[in-house]
Amino acid sequence: MEQTVQNLEETYKSILQTFLNRKSEQGLYEAQQFSKVLLEHQISPEELVSIHRAVLEELYPSVSVEIVDSLDLLLEVMMGYGLAYREHQSLRDRQIELESQINVAANMQQTLLPKAVPTVDQLDIGVISVPANKMSGDYYHFIQDENECVGVAIADIIGKGVPAALCMSMIKYAMDSLPEQRLQPAALLENLNRVVEQNVDDNMFITMMYGSYDPRTHDFHFSGAGHEPGFFYKASSDQFEELYAKGLVLGVSKRVKFREYSQRVDQGDFIVLLSDGVTESRIGDRFVERAEITNLIRKYMHLSAQELVESVYYELAKLQEFILKDDFTLMIIRRKV
Amino acid sequence: MNLSIRQEKNEDVVVLYLSGEIDAFTATKLREELIPLAEMGQTVRVDLSGVDYIDSTGLGVFIGALKATHITEGNLTLVGMSTRIKRLFSITGLDEVIAIDEEGSK
Repeated sequence: MEQTVQNLEETYKSILQTFLNRKSEQGLYEAQQFSKVLLEHQISPEELVSIHRAVLEELYPSVSVEIVDSLDLLLEVMMGYGLAYREHQSLRDRQIELESQINVAANMQQTLLPKAVPTVDQLDIGVISVPANKMSGDYYHFIQDENECVGVAIADIIGKGVPAALCMSMIKYAMDSLPEQRLQPAALLENLNRVVEQNVDDNMFITMMYGSYDPRTHDFHFSGAGHEPGFFYKASSDQFEELYAKGLVLGVSKRVKFREYSQRVDQGDFIVLLSDGVTESRIGDRFVERAEITNLIRKYMHLSAQELVESVYYELAKLQEFILKDDFTLMIIRRKV
Repeated sequence: MNLSIRQEKNEDVVVLYLSGEIDAFTATKLREELIPLAEMGQTVRVDLSGVDYIDSTGLGVFIGALKATHITEGNLTLVGMSTRIKRLFSITGLDEVIAIDEEGSK
């Protein structure tokens, strides 16, 4: 370090000397470049004034005492800037550290989501979930039992970012610990509601839709806790219907009963579950219409379920110039045969 | 994105007139006005005629206020909802736990 300061002093001396001799633009340019070197070496403003003073006395031993003394005064004044500069440095270091911690947390959060969609001969399932920031408040979950019944959950935790992500891990573990109720949607939501109500802040809540698909009978049983309605595509009439289950959001009231709904699924029919990040996509200053979403789904429904959700996501993200305002999750469950 | 709040107190009722958007950025402002009233056990009417958007963080503030009124035996009523906001309260099931005055709705 001593060595560097020595070198910097030498460099500064030559820059100053050249400039005072020639008074050229070149000298000013060199000074600008030199300030970048100073920042790299974390030289504070008062250190530079001190270098300036030393170099000046060395080059011009006859320099007036007043000028030299005035530099001492300048040095004192510069100390305030030096403090601000060091504070800026340490904030920047802390920001880098925080960012790397959030990256680690975001990776951990990814492990809470299913690694793959269930494979069932009769079904074609696709899902996409994209956070608006690094951490997501959207959650989805698949459960498959020995009868090949497939349980699907989609949930939206209030807010975004770190608080939502912490809450999400609670939901995940609560769901994992309720095996016996797994495939009964209303009972599952009632259990989850108790866990959430006891464990969240007064301003927090979670919306969820949970459904269970029975591939033996092709019935989809589902219940909802205030979640954004999905769609049901009926192949025989080539129409989209709203798929909605009325129910209070999780975490508001201790004792809530949920109603169970049922939908018969024929060959070619499919179920669309989504988070409000899909329906609240903003295009310019307006919100996307639900009909526009079904039009997009229709445009790509000849594709596989996975390609379908990815294509719809891509088009909606493009309309928002790839800046999502909210976490985006879209899931499709189609009966193949 | 902005939210303005005007408070009027007539006899036993405090009315909050809101206008703008209630989202993650403005929810704090609403929370600071509404929650203390609910915690004091006040009868509060919130007029949403000037509100065109509420996101989930905004809904959370109303839930927080509702829970506070349960403890203090205060009273919370929402009035003047637009169709879009009414749909939001209906989907989330909150229309069944929070009092909503249909009169004054637009």
